[in-house]
Amino acid sequence: MKLSVLQQNGNTRRSNSFRGNGPFDSVVDGFKSPAALFWLVLHGLCCLISLVMGFRFSRLIIFLLFSTNNNTSPSVTNHIFTTTRPLLTSTPTNVAAEGLTSQTPPSTSTTQNPHTALNRTTPISTGSRVVVGRHGILIRPWPHPDPVEVMKAHRIMERVQREQRIQYGIKNPRPLIVITPTYVRTFQTLHLTGLMHSLMLAPYDLTWIVVEAGGITNETASLLAKTGLRTIHIGFDQRMPIAWEDRHRLEARMRLRALGVVREQKLDGIVVFADDSNMHSMELFDEIHSVKWIGAVSVGILAHSGNPDESSTQKQDDENSPLPVQGPACNSSGNLVGWHTFNSLPYAEKSAIYIGDSATVLPRKLEWAGFVLNSRLVWKEAEGLPDWVKDVDTLERDGGDLESPLSLLKDASVVEPLGSCGRKVLLWWLRVEARADSKFPPGWIIDSPLEITVPAKRTPWPDATPEFLSVEKVGGTQEHIEKHPTKTSRVSRSKHGRHKKKRESKIVDKQVSRRRSEEK
Amino acid sequence: MRNSRLVLIILLVYAFISRIGAEDVLEDDPVGRLKVYVYDLPSKYNEDFVQKDPRCLTHMFAAEIYMHQFLLTSPVRTLNPEEADWFYTPVYTTCDLTTGGHPMIYRSPRIMRSAISLISSNWPYWNRTEGADHFFLVPHDFGACFHYEEETAIERGILPLLQRATLVQTFGQRNHVCMMEGSIIIPPYAPPQRLQSHLVPPNTPRSIFVYYRGIFYDIGNDPQGGYYARGVRASLWENFKNNLLFDISYEHPRTYYEDLQRAVFCLCPLGWAPWSPRLVEALIFGCIPVIIADDIVLPFADVIPWEEIGVFVAEKDVLKLDTILTALPPAELMSKKQKLLANPSMKRAMIFSEPSQLGDAFHQILNGLARKLPHDKTIYLNSSQKLLNWTTGPVEDQLPAWW
Repeated sequence: MKLSVLQQNGNTRRSNSFRGNGPFDSVVDGFKSPAALFWLVLHGLCCLISLVMGFRFSRLIIFLLFSTNNNTSPSVTNHIFTTTRPLLTSTPTNVAAEGLTSQTPPSTSTTQNPHTALNRTTPISTGSRVVVGRHGILIRPWPHPDPVEVMKAHRIMERVQREQRIQYGIKNPRPLIVITPTYVRTFQTLHLTGLMHSLMLAPYDLTWIVVEAGGITNETASLLAKTGLRTIHIGFDQRMPIAWEDRHRLEARMRLRALGVVREQKLDGIVVFADDSNMHSMELFDEIHSVKWIGAVSVGILAHSGNPDESSTQKQDDENSPLPVQGPACNSSGNLVGWHTFNSLPYAEKSAIYIGDSATVLPRKLEWAGFVLNSRLVWKEAEGLPDWVKDVDTLERDGGDLESPLSLLKDASVVEPLGSCGRKVLLWWLRVEARADSKFPPGWIIDSPLEITVPAKRTPWPDATPEFLSVEKVGGTQEHIEKHPTKTSRVSRSKHGRHKKKRESKIVDKQVSRRRSEEK
Repeated sequence: MRNSRLVLIILLVYAFISRIGAEDVLEDDPVGRLKVYVYDLPSKYNEDFVQKDPRCLTHMFAAEIYMHQFLLTSPVRTLNPEEADWFYTPVYTTCDLTTGGHPMIYRSPRIMRSAISLISSNWPYWNRTEGADHFFLVPHDFGACFHYEEETAIERGILPLLQRATLVQTFGQRNHVCMMEGSIIIPPYAPPQRLQSHLVPPNTPRSIFVYYRGIFYDIGNDPQGGYYARGVRASLWENFKNNLLFDISYEHPRTYYEDLQRAVFCLCPLGWAPWSPRLVEALIFGCIPVIIADDIVLPFADVIPWEEIGVFVAEKDVLKLDTILTALPPAELMSKKQKLLANPSMKRAMIFSEPSQLGDAFHQILNGLARKLPHDKTIYLNSSQKLLNWTTGPVEDQLPAWW
């Protein structure tokens, strides 16, 4: 419309000028030119705005001026400033974003939109404030998580999990007393870290009594300091012997010593005998809460031979027999009738004698680890103490066979079978140890440079200059590793060059062949 | 004096009993409170569809089939139509499936009209009230509007012949053409055995904050975006795909049900229609449903206190969803969780259980029908009154059924 007006003006001006300059005409001319100038300026302005906005601004003005619906104007004017094209098509009532940017995939040109908007302004009158049609997809300018909110969310989840534990977990959690005999050796960190993590995960009050053969050492102490658990670190004066038999016996005495501590300090809770090389499932800690006085769980025995040849022959024998399990045996009504013990006959000649032997390490008939006690059993005087329990002091004095906690009892039938009557295996026994004379860096920290250096397989490095040939430090090997990849990339690039440019192939061939000769 | 005291005591006792919460209404036994007569329609209206395509039995519209089977053996069924309070027409309008498994919805109005003309000509009970004491199950996207596209559904409106009947449908939205005032809103069908077979121990800690699996853009039908789900699902994706608290994706995991049991919040945004089976899944598996659908009417809203167990988010607030959810006071959240989990009757009300148990979705439907009794006397028309117009509506609907 404006264009036509402007054209008319232009025509009249042109026609005026052709008519010639009369005085009246000149006045009229002069009168008309500011108006024409005004329209020219306005037209220029509109063109500029259209250039900036990217659509025909003039049509929008028409739409605005002639739109009848009151509600459209404020929302649409808003939309102009936020350049949201599809929102023009969505209709009168409050919809999607006012003043928020919205992103749309590339849409059709907006010249069509005012018309379609006009069509759609007869809204699909459902009477509800929910509008059918195309809406903008609302995206906030910074769609990334806010750290404060993330922390709040985690706290909510913790709260939910706590409620879950209260509702479905153990109703009255009892404190646990974990007794572990250990000594400093190569595999100690491995075993103790595993046990440590299991204990840290258990959601119960824990007291960890660690009895160390050979006295308290900094090695063990530093490991225990990382736990954050309540630990009682006791030293046992004897050193750990080399033979397996003796080791088992010493461990039993160490456990009794720990029971003595329980007795002295009158610690209350459930006593668990966790050997450092065993693997415990979290369900074990839940299951033992149901013990009254003394309970037994099933232990999976992973008797493993250190010798690879032997294990293959063993597999042929053991194909049909399942994994041996030590634990309580029940009859159909759920009462304890006997024990599953480890059958050591197949291994009679092949069992390991010394720690670090390549033969199979055998467990005892019944491992201490498979039993849990109520700590009151070892107290000096406790109410409700059943009469079938022997006093711990008498055991030590007599020096009897301490193979399993059953020796604490006068009558073995009072043991409670746990883990659905022994059907669930809740922990696994595995004895993996290095040779007694194997060395390891103290604290597993390589402080000083390594004393032993082993040369790499392909030395000297091809291309390498002599200064890199002598390997002094660990850092030296690292530098070699960095050098190597660049070398390969160079080779590949030349290969590419060969494919691409045949003209230069001869020269490149020469280079490659030269490199190959160097390699050889 | 003594009499007045007695009256007072009786009043107090009555008040005490009546103060029992809505949850007990879920346990109401409809037997004895209503009688339903099931029309004996030829199998071409119901069983033939199922035999042709057994997928009908497991898709989310299967409620119409199982309701029929339930009513045939239920004690509320009566074989004497004279004493019936409600009349049920077993016509499976959403069971005529394409090869892809979607209902051929353009045929459904014709099937319905054919069924209604059959019952109106063979039995006098339709003409007696023009359907005001009849109920129909229409579990499709927009109920008796019989279309999956909202604009077309709104244009069509509810099938004119069903204007006086009670509609039992899954679609519910306030002030919407496709939901009548007295409709009973039901949950979509979810196979009960499949839900029960994926339970994990309840002490598995809930470690996912927000969980959602489904599509965000419907590339096939709405490539531009912004139309499907009114842009809400797309907005969820764009705003929260990088947020580690939001486990949202379009993948189809095999552990979907197990994952729901490890989540604290489950999103239930609208799709082409506002309702979704996700609500049922959230309730069964104990995660708090986050319902993003403006003006939605949820199943059995008169007996289930949805505001107490779910979180409602306005569609325009979707981009602030993380702020909203983390700002919820933990005490309120815990009470929602408690109400969700501690009340098994609400879970039972969402399931069309097989065999039917007291308090399941079938019984809730019957309870809803029973609460509408007794019928108003004005629904009974004399022979001269004809309120329904058999000739209005789109021309395609007027075509006779093709069998």
